[in-house]
Amino acid sequence: MAEMDTSSSGGHKKGPGVKKGKKLSTRIDLTPMVDLGFLLITFFMYTTTMSKPKTMEINMPYKDENIKEDEQTKIKASTVISVLLSKDHRIYYYEGIGDDPTKPPQLNVTYFKPKDGIRDVLINKKKAVEELKASGALGAKDQVTIIIKPDVTSTYEDLVNMLDEMSINDIRVYAIVDITPVDKEFIQMTEQANGVQ
Amino acid sequence: MPRKSTHVDMTAMCDVAFLLLTFFMLATKFKPDEPVTVTTPNSISEIPLPDADIMMITVDPKGRIFFSVDNPKVREALIEDMDEYKKLGLSTAEKRAFAVGSSVGVPFSQLKSYLAAEPNQQKEFDKTAAGIPTDTVVTSDANELAAWIRLARNNNPKLRITIKADADASYPDIKKIISTLEGWKIFKFNLITGLKAVPPGTAAYDVQMGKAPQH
Repeated sequence: MAEMDTSSSGGHKKGPGVKKGKKLSTRIDLTPMVDLGFLLITFFMYTTTMSKPKTMEINMPYKDENIKEDEQTKIKASTVISVLLSKDHRIYYYEGIGDDPTKPPQLNVTYFKPKDGIRDVLINKKKAVEELKASGALGAKDQVTIIIKPDVTSTYEDLVNMLDEMSINDIRVYAIVDITPVDKEFIQMTEQANGVQ
Repeated sequence: MPRKSTHVDMTAMCDVAFLLLTFFMLATKFKPDEPVTVTTPNSISEIPLPDADIMMITVDPKGRIFFSVDNPKVREALIEDMDEYKKLGLSTAEKRAFAVGSSVGVPFSQLKSYLAAEPNQQKEFDKTAAGIPTDTVVTSDANELAAWIRLARNNNPKLRITIKADADASYPDIKKIISTLEGWKIFKFNLITGLKAVPPGTAAYDVQMGKAPQH
C-alpha cells in the first residue's frame, strides 16, 4: 500500500517501532504582531507634529519719548513711504511722512499681491532712493524707510504680511507707528472720493 | 502538482513595522493642548520655535487672550506667586490643576472656579471664556495680562515671549499686547507664523539662492 506518512511534518524517520517525540514547529504566526505594529504606527503618525512652527522675530524700538523726537528729525522725507493698513486688507500708501494736514499727500491704494501690489511699490522706492543716492541728493547712509501705520480696522494678518514684505524686500529700516487722526482723515477723504463704503 | 503554501513569512514585515514604530515613537512630540484653534498667518521667516522656556500668548479671531507657559515647574511657581499677589485664595488642588493644565484664558475673578473644574469642563468653558483682560497701560489694575507676564518673567527671566495670534485677529487687540510688553520694557519677542515660500525675483530670494542682494 502506498501510503504517505503525513503525521510528522518535520523530523526524520527513526525506523520502525521507535516512538516519535512530537516536534512542535518553532514558527509563530506573526500576523497579529504586524497588525499591532501598524496600528501603533498609525497612532503615532497622527499624533506627531513633524513640522515645528516657525517664528518671526520682532524688535520694537526702545520706547523713550526724547529719543523718538531725535530719530524723527533724522529721517529724510524723500526716503519714506508711509503705509496705512486699512480694512479688507486694503493698503494706502503715500510718499513722505504726511505730517502736514494742509497739504494732503496723494494716497494710492494697493493690496498684498505678487504682481503690482505693495511689493512693487517697495522695490520701485528702493530703486528711486538708490538713484537719489547716486546723484548725491541723499547721503550714503540714507536708506528706504517704511512707516507702517495699521488702522484699527486692519487685522493681524495685514501686519504680519507687511513685516514679511520688509524681509522679502530687504528693507532694514521700518517702524510700526500708531495711526494718527490726520492719516485717518486721509483715508476717509480718499474713500469718499472713490465712493468706497 | 505540489500545492504551494499560501503562508507568507511575516518576519520581514514585522521588522519594518517595528522599525517605523520606533522611529515615530522617538520622533513624536505630542501636540500641546490648545484652548482654541488658531490659524496663524504665513511668513518667509524660517526661525524655528525654541524647544523650552516659552511663554505663549494666544489670541483667537475674536481677540480673546490665552496665556501659557510650557515648563510645569515655572507654572507651579507662577501660580503660587499669583495666588499671593492677587489674593486669589486658591487651594492646593487648584494650584496643582494649574501646574498640570495647559493654558488659561479667564480673568482672575473666575480663575478659582475655573481651576476647580474638571479638565473636560475647563475645555467646555474655554469655548466661551472671556480671555485674559488686557489694556494698553501696563500699570493699570485691569491689565491682568501684564501681571501674568511680570510674574512669569520673575520666575524665569529666560522665558521667550511668543505671540500666536489668528490671522483674523484685529490689530487693536494685538496692539494692546505689544503695548503691554513694551510697558515691561520687553522689545524683543517672536510672532508665530506658518511657513511660505520666498517669492522669486525678490531681495530675500537672491539671498536664499546665495546671491548677494542687488543694490
